[in-house]
Amino acid sequence: MASDKRAGRDRVVTLSPDRVTGLTASLALVLAPHAARIPLWMAILAAAAMILRTWLAWRGQRLPRTWMLAVLTLFAALGTWMSYGVIFGRDAAVALLILMLCLKLMEMRDTRDAMVLVFLAYFTVITNFLYSQSIPMGAYLLGCVWTITANLLATQRAGRPRVTGLLRESAVLLAQAAPLMLVLFLLFPRVQGPLWALPQAGAGGLSGLSDAMSPGSLSSLSLSDAVAFRVELGANPPKADTLYWRGPVLWDFDGRTWRAPGNDLVGQAELEIGGTPIRQTITLEAHDMRWLFALDVPGGAPTSSYLTLDLQLRAARPVRERMRYEVTSFPSYRLARYEVPGLLERALHLPPSFNPRSRQLAESWREEGLAPEQLVQRALAMFREQPFVYTLTPPVAAGHAVDDFLFVTRRGFCEHYAAAFAFLMRAAGVPTRIVTGYQGGTLNPVGKYLVVRQSDAHAWAEVWVEGRGWIRVDPTAAVSPLRIERGAAAALPGVGAVPLLGRVDNDWIKDLRFAMDMVANGWNQWVLDYSPERQMNMMSRFAGGHVSWRGISTALVAATGIIVAILALIALRRTRSAPADPAWLLWQAFSLKLAKHGVARALNEGPQAFAIRASAALPGHANAIRAIAALYARLRYEAHSGPEDLANLERAIRSLRLD
Amino acid sequence: MTPWSDAWSTTSPFPEVATLRARAPSTRSSRTASSSAAHARVTLTRRSIYIVPTRAGLALGATLALMLAGSINYNLGLGYVLTFLLAGLGVVGMLHTWRNLAGLEVTPGRATPAFAGGRITWRIRIANSSTLTRGSVGLWMEGATPLHLDVPARDEVVATLDVPVSVRGRVRAARVRIATIYPLGLFRAWSHAALAMDTVVYPTPEASPPTLPASPGRPGNGGRTRIGEDEFSGVRDYQPGDAPARIAWKAMARADTVLTKQFSGGEGGATIRLDLADVPHELGLERALSRLTAWVTMAEDARVRYSLRLPGREIPPGVGPAHRSRCLEALALHGQR
Repeated sequence: MASDKRAGRDRVVTLSPDRVTGLTASLALVLAPHAARIPLWMAILAAAAMILRTWLAWRGQRLPRTWMLAVLTLFAALGTWMSYGVIFGRDAAVALLILMLCLKLMEMRDTRDAMVLVFLAYFTVITNFLYSQSIPMGAYLLGCVWTITANLLATQRAGRPRVTGLLRESAVLLAQAAPLMLVLFLLFPRVQGPLWALPQAGAGGLSGLSDAMSPGSLSSLSLSDAVAFRVELGANPPKADTLYWRGPVLWDFDGRTWRAPGNDLVGQAELEIGGTPIRQTITLEAHDMRWLFALDVPGGAPTSSYLTLDLQLRAARPVRERMRYEVTSFPSYRLARYEVPGLLERALHLPPSFNPRSRQLAESWREEGLAPEQLVQRALAMFREQPFVYTLTPPVAAGHAVDDFLFVTRRGFCEHYAAAFAFLMRAAGVPTRIVTGYQGGTLNPVGKYLVVRQSDAHAWAEVWVEGRGWIRVDPTAAVSPLRIERGAAAALPGVGAVPLLGRVDNDWIKDLRFAMDMVANGWNQWVLDYSPERQMNMMSRFAGGHVSWRGISTALVAATGIIVAILALIALRRTRSAPADPAWLLWQAFSLKLAKHGVARALNEGPQAFAIRASAALPGHANAIRAIAALYARLRYEAHSGPEDLANLERAIRSLRLD
Repeated sequence: MTPWSDAWSTTSPFPEVATLRARAPSTRSSRTASSSAAHARVTLTRRSIYIVPTRAGLALGATLALMLAGSINYNLGLGYVLTFLLAGLGVVGMLHTWRNLAGLEVTPGRATPAFAGGRITWRIRIANSSTLTRGSVGLWMEGATPLHLDVPARDEVVATLDVPVSVRGRVRAARVRIATIYPLGLFRAWSHAALAMDTVVYPTPEASPPTLPASPGRPGNGGRTRIGEDEFSGVRDYQPGDAPARIAWKAMARADTVLTKQFSGGEGGATIRLDLADVPHELGLERALSRLTAWVTMAEDARVRYSLRLPGREIPPGVGPAHRSRCLEALALHGQR
């Protein structure tokens, strides 16, 4: 290392073909996951560079000249710009890094270059995490780090070290680094990002819900198997049919579409709460929207979020990363007994000239002089008694969607029932709004938590009754109680619309799925979303009280110190003098024997020299002395000497009688 | 290394037969017997080893800082894992670099004298009594090309460092720096060993000296006498370079030191007398010593017996490597103390 500080220009290639091949292979492994994400020409260029560099190494050819590489760099940067339209930004930056890596490979000459490439390779590993942080990807890239470290070890070795030996040593070093990694991971003070730029929305950040709902246009979301959020409930989880996860509230109907208010209804909801509070710890997947979910109805908002007047939980910023929050809900409540008159008006508004038959029906009920509760019962009874069918594949409605649904098709899912019910109620003069969210969820018996999937998306209605406030009414339950009690799959036996894994009859598949989801959940909780808050919570729980940043830092320093001390002890254990070699002890005994007869071995005298001298001095024992010296030399310096040699040496020395 | 090729490698690799210890107090048994040699021994203890990151280590540190910033910005859980794993690797690498020197024992080996203007070869023995092979241990001495070598487990190696010398006289070995960046190249551990090791530097032989002075007995060049190998004239202390065949085994067994048999071609054989007083004064002392040095080598080449006389020092006639060394050493040390 010290001797290779020569001028950069005329450095000769000193890396052996082995090193070049090893490093190139490692780079290929690290870059492989990127191959599908970068433009084809770039992938081909990178592969060509690796193959060419390896070929040049084995053929002993000279590397391309610097100006050629400079021109190539320019063209590559231009190509990146043309492919991405920008030079900065995540994808373009990764592409540029890959190009630079390949160009650096083309001018890799000596140990110093190899080390630069090793560090670049480590850095490239982390760029893969921008795209995927799944468990298999993590394991794969750990393997990459393993091979890169073996390459780093090779840079410090002379000759041709064996690949297996390097890999073994690399594994040992990484294994010793693991405890430090763990301590740093848990205790290194976490900072909430981003530091300089908002990360782009993740590819999977999709919601099963939206702030608008047009019954009649088919939803594919209720088929999606993706996890919406996971909930840890306390010791006594509520029954499935009471699990209404409150989401966006839709107020405005234009004849076709129900919408949430354009702006949040800001204000303190008038809420009386009762019953057993239900504490929930919710891990919400990124959905790029601002709403959060909680059991109906949340009693307060978690940090950096707020409750609106219609009890929606709203985050301050769109949820672009998985987030975890705690919220407490109350199953029995009275909401807005004295609602703002303006809002009640809003909850009654219906555009004229839509769905005349439905309007007529509702007005006929109204003329009977029924109370709001009776009107609700009347509508639910209609759903129950007439041949309404719960299906995920309703026919697409034409013209007046509610009329079509109520009087012609009578087939639909939660959106259709909620929308038709809300229409009827408003037409009958009962203030009504639609609440969307999720209903139910699957208890994971392995991990003791509830998984709510996009297929659990649901819509229900709330009617306002004087003196009682807003009351939840779920018309879908009137049609298909199974949907509410046991989920969409139970409500749709034999219907191919729900994916195979969503069906309940495959028990072992379900078990496997539970186990897989638990692993995924643990990975999310502990690896991917170990946030500053979570770190603080965990430390507080561990310490049994509030913990400050200083406390965490102290713990970090102490734990690191202890681990380093243990590692140092382990490392130094092998530097101590080894117990004396038995062959050497025998040789000492032999030397002592000869010294008593006037032939003292000089300190620096080796077996051969001593044997020559001793045989000359004691010619009668020359053969024995030579044999002993030869045996000793073999034991000491030859690899293939066995225990029988040691026994022979001992016998030979004992049988040497000098008197 | 084969046991029969290099005398140093066949010596005991174990420190129990040790001599003196310069730094570390002896922790081993009293089997340390002989004290015939006054060589110092330097053990690289944990406290005498220093360690700093190399440039590559600093570069990795910068890379890790960047990776940490990226992990924070993009909230990459696995990014943290990777960054901290590599940080841990750095710490482990530091410990491994440190231990690569720990416990090594450095002892002086035989140094080869040289003529001024040439290069002294210092030999330094590095003994590794542990079961851990030490990779790529580097040795630096002022003026010498650095040397890197592996020290196998339970073995020792001899490093040779060639140092140019310009002035005659006795020289002490400069301090040796023992350093390593093995195994990851991220840290450099080093230690210093000041070894009690010296040798003499002979005067530079004159480039084109006049012919040897004639022997007083027989003028002209008929004075050359082949030295008879037939007549045993006694023993003297063994000196480096003596042929093994001339070692007086029997005598040595009694005397406990190595002795060399001396032979002579007979008393009164023709000899050349080299005398500083005979060299012209106007030459100056150093050039005069250079001339005598050249004559000594010429006489040796011609295998002619010669004596040397310097003010306050007289070496009787003789020839052979031991005699040569004695004469050259006298020339080297003349006027010095």
